Amino acid sequence: MGGAKTDIKLISKGKRIDGRGFEELRPIKIEAGVLKRADGSCYLEWGKNKVLAAAYGPRECFPKHTQNSYRAKLTYRYNMAPFSTDDRKRPGPDRRSTEISKVSREALEKVVFLEYFPRTAIEVYVEVLQADAGTRCAALTAASVALADAGIPMRDLIVACAAGKVDDEIVLDLCQEEDNYGSADLPIAISPRTGQIHLMQMDGTLTRKEFSTAFEMAQKGCLKVNELQKKALKDKYEKIGEEYGTE
Amino acid sequence: MEQSDIIWEVKKDAIRRMVKSGKRSDGRTGDEYRKIEFIEGYIPKSPGSCLIKMGNTQVLVGVKADVGEPYDDSPGRGNLSTSCELSPLASPDFSVGPPGEMSIEIARVVDRGIRESKMIDMDKLCITEGKEVWTLMVDIHVLDHDGNLTDAASMAAVKALSNAYLPKYEDGKVLYTKQGENVPVKEQPVSCSFVKIDETNILDPVLEEEKVMDAQITIVTTSKGEICAIQKSGSGTYSREEIEGMVDKAIERGKEIRKNYW
Repeated sequence: MGGAKTDIKLISKGKRIDGRGFEELRPIKIEAGVLKRADGSCYLEWGKNKVLAAAYGPRECFPKHTQNSYRAKLTYRYNMAPFSTDDRKRPGPDRRSTEISKVSREALEKVVFLEYFPRTAIEVYVEVLQADAGTRCAALTAASVALADAGIPMRDLIVACAAGKVDDEIVLDLCQEEDNYGSADLPIAISPRTGQIHLMQMDGTLTRKEFSTAFEMAQKGCLKVNELQKKALKDKYEKIGEEYGTE
Repeated sequence: MEQSDIIWEVKKDAIRRMVKSGKRSDGRTGDEYRKIEFIEGYIPKSPGSCLIKMGNTQVLVGVKADVGEPYDDSPGRGNLSTSCELSPLASPDFSVGPPGEMSIEIARVVDRGIRESKMIDMDKLCITEGKEVWTLMVDIHVLDHDGNLTDAASMAAVKALSNAYLPKYEDGKVLYTKQGENVPVKEQPVSCSFVKIDETNILDPVLEEEKVMDAQITIVTTSKGEICAIQKSGSGTYSREEIEGMVDKAIERGKEIRKNYW
């Protein structure tokens, strides 16, 4: 958490700084199949976040010594564009993006049928074009749509969402101001079909009770976002159907 | 596959069976730490240091302080930076080179615990607002890797910071050999890591348990029993009840560590 001090009132009269209620998500738009060359892709807007994800594979695995004889190798690259933040972000991987890439890859490993494609590589590349808090959740949500769009067999669509603490209130889906000046952030990713937790991180301070409240709120948020993921995939095929005529 | 992994492939089943039946290779129960030994001030040339021995795991943490510029968004606060070195002397699986995912993750989780628990009074590390502040550098050196590096590193870092001092700062010069004020410490977070093997979660894993784990979770708690950092890693998954249960245990174990060692 930023934990910085501020005079800005983050919550007044039961509304948040951007006018949302405590359990309200920012507006989300998801579109599948937006890139021509990638095997699968997804464009996602989540509040002011703009994220583009591309998926490849299964394809040949390089370098060869990293091949696994039992399953496909999954790679995940989370990258922030230099122009995505207020200051220019130095291009290339840093410690933060390395950590996010690692936990996001691990969140996907159990839902992709990696064992179907030994010795191959399945790769996900996510570019954060504009960042506004909650980019790891937006990126992971887009990544699973891109993987599905690439036709890669999966057990479920992983979906991510965060809850946090702002001005002593537990709220869903923190925006930039809330992230900078709030006191806790709890991003999680779940598999909606099983309810299992695939990713969990937390920073800030929460009491035991607040933790449970935030956990439950984030889970509910995930389920809402999951509906939008499914709709994006269906919409893509409906569009194709309209173009070619359905009979 | 790394060289020593072949042995683990053979041992895996045995360890799995043992954990399933509620036993562990060193006779501990599922939620028991290994014996911990702290040697504070191990490196007298460092303003703060601690060597931790947690079973066979050994981690050395040194703290250095220097004067630098504050960040734009926190002109009146000091800085903290944490790094972790996984040298080949600690394990045949480690190699030299730039920090990998594992060392970055350990450093960032330790950093998060210290930062979010508000262990250090960052306001007191300000010398001239907007111009000069103290930067604390916490360097984690793993010496012998027998599992649970995150907890070992975190505990050693907390101890090292707690006994650290700032050098004297006079006329714009840092006098590194002269002892000034102590590092302003307000809190001592405790890190608590569990690994999941099949359906069982066990505290403070040794290396052979880590080698067969499905997932790992680190929960850092404060003296007030609050949660200040969590990191789930590994490809395995958890149910909500499992996580809630481990959070309760982490709070309990945190109290125990504070009572016995702090």
